[in-house]
Amino acid sequence: MPLLEINNLHAGIEGKDILRGLTLAVNAGEVHAIMGPNGSGKSTLAYVLAGKDGYAPTAGEVLFDGRNIFDLAPDERAAAGLFLAFQYPLEIPGVATMTFLRTALNAQRKKRGQAELSTPDFLKAVRGLAKTLGIDQEMLRRPVNVGFSGGEKKRNEILQMALLEPKLAVLDETDSGLDIDALKIVADGVNRLRERTRSFIVITHYQRLLNYIVPDVVHVLSKGRIVKTGGKELALELEARGYAEYQEEAAVA
Amino acid sequence: MHAMTEVKAIKTAAEAGLAETYAAARSRLPGGKAVAAQRQAAFEVFVRDGLPHRRVEDWKYTDLRALMREARPLAPPPDAAAKAQAKTAGAMLGDVETRRLVFVDGAFVPELSDTAALENGLTVGSLAQALADGDAALSGELGKRAPATDVAVALNTALMGDGAAIRIAPGATIERPLHLVFMASGKPAASFVRSLVAVGERARAMLIESHEGPPGCGYQVNAALELAVGEGAHVDHVRIIGEGAEALHVSTLAAAIGGKARFNTFSFVIGGAVVRNQIFLDFDGDETVAGIRGATLLKARQHADTTLVVRHSGRGCQSREVFKSVLDDEAHGVFQGRIIVKPHAQQTDARMMTRALLLSDRAEADNKPELEIFADDVQCGHGATAGAIDEALKFYLMARGIPNAEAEALLIQAFLGEALDGLEHAALREALMHRVANWLKTRG
Ligand SMILES: Nc1ncnc2c1ncn2[C@@H]1O[C@H](COP(=O)(O)OP(=O)(O)OP(=O)(O)O)[C@@H](O)[C@H]1O
Ligand SMILES: [Mg+2]
Repeated sequence: MPLLEINNLHAGIEGKDILRGLTLAVNAGEVHAIMGPNGSGKSTLAYVLAGKDGYAPTAGEVLFDGRNIFDLAPDERAAAGLFLAFQYPLEIPGVATMTFLRTALNAQRKKRGQAELSTPDFLKAVRGLAKTLGIDQEMLRRPVNVGFSGGEKKRNEILQMALLEPKLAVLDETDSGLDIDALKIVADGVNRLRERTRSFIVITHYQRLLNYIVPDVVHVLSKGRIVKTGGKELALELEARGYAEYQEEAAVA
Repeated sequence: MHAMTEVKAIKTAAEAGLAETYAAARSRLPGGKAVAAQRQAAFEVFVRDGLPHRRVEDWKYTDLRALMREARPLAPPPDAAAKAQAKTAGAMLGDVETRRLVFVDGAFVPELSDTAALENGLTVGSLAQALADGDAALSGELGKRAPATDVAVALNTALMGDGAAIRIAPGATIERPLHLVFMASGKPAASFVRSLVAVGERARAMLIESHEGPPGCGYQVNAALELAVGEGAHVDHVRIIGEGAEALHVSTLAAAIGGKARFNTFSFVIGGAVVRNQIFLDFDGDETVAGIRGATLLKARQHADTTLVVRHSGRGCQSREVFKSVLDDEAHGVFQGRIIVKPHAQQTDARMMTRALLLSDRAEADNKPELEIFADDVQCGHGATAGAIDEALKFYLMARGIPNAEAEALLIQAFLGEALDGLEHAALREALMHRVANWLKTRG
């Protein structure tokens, strides 16, 4: 049984159809890359999976670990092991980063019937991860993402992912806005978490990231559908030729 | 036929009740002839104007004539049971070390108060006692700062029974915060408390007032505090209004603040059915720095109105006004803030910000910030917003596994933080944050 199974998913925002019959299966331990032109629905897919308000499915199903995720609130999906690294991480003035991380981790642990992490264990875990991701201790003392640069916000997303240890992480353009060094740091962060049971959906516009996070499968999303699926070489092909042929295919279909 | 009809301001049962209360009590209220005359003059203000109603501009959103159905009789002196209850009053302060002065149903209770080993330069006592003793210096101060034409103040002056009389000598530093604990024992009665606090030049003190009482009883409190802050003094004032759910509470702070002083006042409004929290501040001297802040949390059908009038008469003063309210259910929160900059008050730097967070579609916020500027070289500004919880932020928190209620709680605490962070006393800030957390836990 795949970890994530999306069957004929239709979804939209404000009555506008954006995902139009999307089918995708991700097995445990696999890394799938999704590439596609601007506006093709990549972030929409990410939001539908995470359960953002207003991103309602109109048809189809999504099974995560065999459960229909549309029965679950966003926090329940997170506790079940789904993680979304946002394309545009939000700043939350007044909420301390540490409070945020601890509340999130403990809420998930509680829902899974695990004991809360002790303060020293929690601090140790966060500090260790921050170090490997090149995140300053001083940044951890700020409110969530407040005053972070674009690249720092993306690294902070990976920090959260590493701390929360999801079963499936959806990375929505985590590479955009990163300099070359930061890209390697983030890719290393992801690769360290790659395990037999952990899966990733990596949404990206650039083949470059996939040199570091080598995908098992590459999909092309166009106009709300997967129009082509291949191996990692598909990303190189796209880099060379662009999306023109797939956009026509999607329109015809 | 054209008859001359005398316009009578006393129309409602509550107004008639207040007049009867005064008539019955005036002969035994504390104070000599001069004070009695002051009471009478104040009572006449009430007779002329009646209870404030919505056509009185300053009371537009708090129609006391409509909201106050009846006048409760004056509270009798507290009995042993009421005093026993008061032992735990003021517990919302957590482990903040204070010197407690306890008032039950408006009357000073010496045996529950901590008047021993007073710091050098500190004098504390009961207003009733001072008036009975004919303390001329004290009665001379009475009414000097509170606006006499405000009917809530007038009623307080007419009917005041007791309160705190505190003097701090010039240069004295009072380490332990003074905590005026006002507790209603739960009788359907009214108390009128008046406190006078004079802080000498260069002195330092912190003054906390807390007002509380049990739910399920429609008691009434009218509390007024007149405060004089001497030149170069540093005074922090905190008022916590945590009355029982049925209570009617009217508070007035009237302060005159000297030059080169530091003055902070914080209002924390969380209890009571109807609350009017009035703050009148006069910055008379030059170069004073002031923080004027507040946090209000209301639910059910609570109504709370904070009305602030800041008058800058001195030069080069700085004031920061930050008021936040969180309104749930059918609650109604009001903030009226007026900053007046007098012609001579050049280089005034005053910024007022008020924000309401609406947790329910039925909750209502009225914000009325105003600037009246008569000087030309000033920096003044104000802003007011009202809105719901930011759904995008909430989704971000929930996507990390934080449940709805907890995510909202985090955002609400963050919202209030901007006001509460202005409290320099860390333990007190913690205690109030704790109170906020408890309030959030009881949300549906
Ligand atoms: N809140 C919204 N209201 C209306 N339309 C929206 C909304 N959000 C997204 N859309 C539209 O849905 C379509 C898909 O958007 P989406 O963000 O999923 O694209 P994307 O593939 O992630 O693009 P990009 O590569 O630019 O990030 C776009 O046409 C976009 O304009
Ligand atoms: Mg996108």
